[in-house]
Amino acid sequence: MLEVKNMWKSFNLGTDHEINVFRNFSLSFIEGESTAIVGANGCGKSTLLNLISGSLPLDSGKILLKGRDISLLPEEKRSSNIGRVHQNPSFGVSPSLTILENLALANKKGDSFSLRNLVKKDSIPFYKELLKTLDLGLENKIHTQVKFLSGGQRQSLSLLMATMKDPDLLLLDEHTAALDPKTSFVVMEKTKELIEKNNITTVMISHNMSDALKYSQRIIMMDKGEVILDKRSCDVSEKELLDIYTKQLVKKITA
Amino acid sequence: MNTLILTSLEQGLIFSVLAMGVIMTYKILDMADLSVEGTFPLGAFVFAKFALAGFNPIISTGLAFVFGSLAGLMTALLFVKLKIRPLLSGILTMTMLYSFNLRLNGRANIPLFNYKSIYGDVPTLLLLAIIIISIKILLDMFLKTEIGYLLIATGDNEVLVKSLGKSTNTYKILGLMLSNGLVGFSGALMAQYQGFVDITMGSSIIVIALASIIIGDSIKRSSNKIKLTTRAIFGAISYRLIGGFAIDLGLSPSDLKAVSALIVIVFISYNNFSSPFINSLKKKGGKSDVRSKKYVEEF
Repeated sequence: MLEVKNMWKSFNLGTDHEINVFRNFSLSFIEGESTAIVGANGCGKSTLLNLISGSLPLDSGKILLKGRDISLLPEEKRSSNIGRVHQNPSFGVSPSLTILENLALANKKGDSFSLRNLVKKDSIPFYKELLKTLDLGLENKIHTQVKFLSGGQRQSLSLLMATMKDPDLLLLDEHTAALDPKTSFVVMEKTKELIEKNNITTVMISHNMSDALKYSQRIIMMDKGEVILDKRSCDVSEKELLDIYTKQLVKKITA
Repeated sequence: MNTLILTSLEQGLIFSVLAMGVIMTYKILDMADLSVEGTFPLGAFVFAKFALAGFNPIISTGLAFVFGSLAGLMTALLFVKLKIRPLLSGILTMTMLYSFNLRLNGRANIPLFNYKSIYGDVPTLLLLAIIIISIKILLDMFLKTEIGYLLIATGDNEVLVKSLGKSTNTYKILGLMLSNGLVGFSGALMAQYQGFVDITMGSSIIVIALASIIIGDSIKRSSNKIKLTTRAIFGAISYRLIGGFAIDLGLSPSDLKAVSALIVIVFISYNNFSSPFINSLKKKGGKSDVRSKKYVEEF
């Protein structure tokens, strides 16, 4: 489904601050499965997501999505098949537009944009139905500008917009990290519902071990650009995960 | 007095095309484009060039739009392709246009009184009102289209536009071309109105445009119902009327530029500080004051 093959990536190449994040890194993801990636800061998980989505270029190697090599495509070309929800709730929406206008934009994702009117009256019921699935009462304020919504509401809307056109792949970039625990729970539950309903292949990165385990089928732990654990989520306990995590940290500190 | 109001209204209408153009960059794309300082006189000089060559004034005015948008294209390419900062790109275009405008007719000042203009057949105010309202309606319609919304989204959140599978550069180029096209058009309208073109026409035109936009913004600030274009038109006309009255009251026309800059400073700082500062003035001795005292006592 999604294959990362022999990928190399460094930053600040040729300077004193050269960092080799990935050296000949390979990993593949299975269709319809949701994978959680955990690991300490600097382990390369965010870089991996950025490389898959195209916001960073590869040094060498290949990324195959459904067998098609996408590693040379610019970000905007890849995004027709990839949905992404960012940590910052403002990244997934256009704040000065209304909820309705945002949804109408998301509904055109990957299509060509023309001089026809964007918001069509007869599609309003469809958007309202979609918003109802979020259970946040947003369907009653479709004409509200998104900048007046709370972080949780914005993130839920971002999620809806990212999954609206059934992407082949959904990338969740610590998308509940900026929310309070309660809102974070609600958004995670919505995420799960949406993923299961549409059967979307998902790659999620998280700093929250219990969330990572609870909302995934496969768990991967990374360190220094390498996979150090790759198991079914149901076979791993949170304690086990935390133990490895701390061990790595201690190693790093004592080293 | 009446002629003063009439002149201010007519000039205000001409400047509202300028303001509607600058809205595209300043409000929608959220960037300061200084190339308008060059495209406003460019519109005027292009009109003069073609008028002198015997072209129909309507066609010459249209060509001012075309040349203006080409200048916008240049600014856009400078920062999209060559990665020069937007502010500097605008300044570079503006500087190049200064030389280009002088080259175009070989002179810094050209009288146009003897050439046909778009004015004359219909009362000027009516004609201008028709032109400005048509432009406003077209722009409003454009901003409701799929492409129009992408333009707004580009200024709002580039990440989102990319996630929709679109390159933000395309829409920046489009916005700048449209913006400068309108500014050039406005320059041609002005040239015909005043009966001459002059190389200094464009100096500090950006301040006039910003003053108009900012005055327009302060009309019922919290309301979403008033469209950006409506605000620009009202702002430009108010600005011109204020200026007209100030001159009538004895202000020297040469001081008007300083006054315009002051208007921009006052309005922007008012918008920036309005909540804490103005409210603290308003609320002195009010409920909130009593409440905070109570907390202090408790403390």
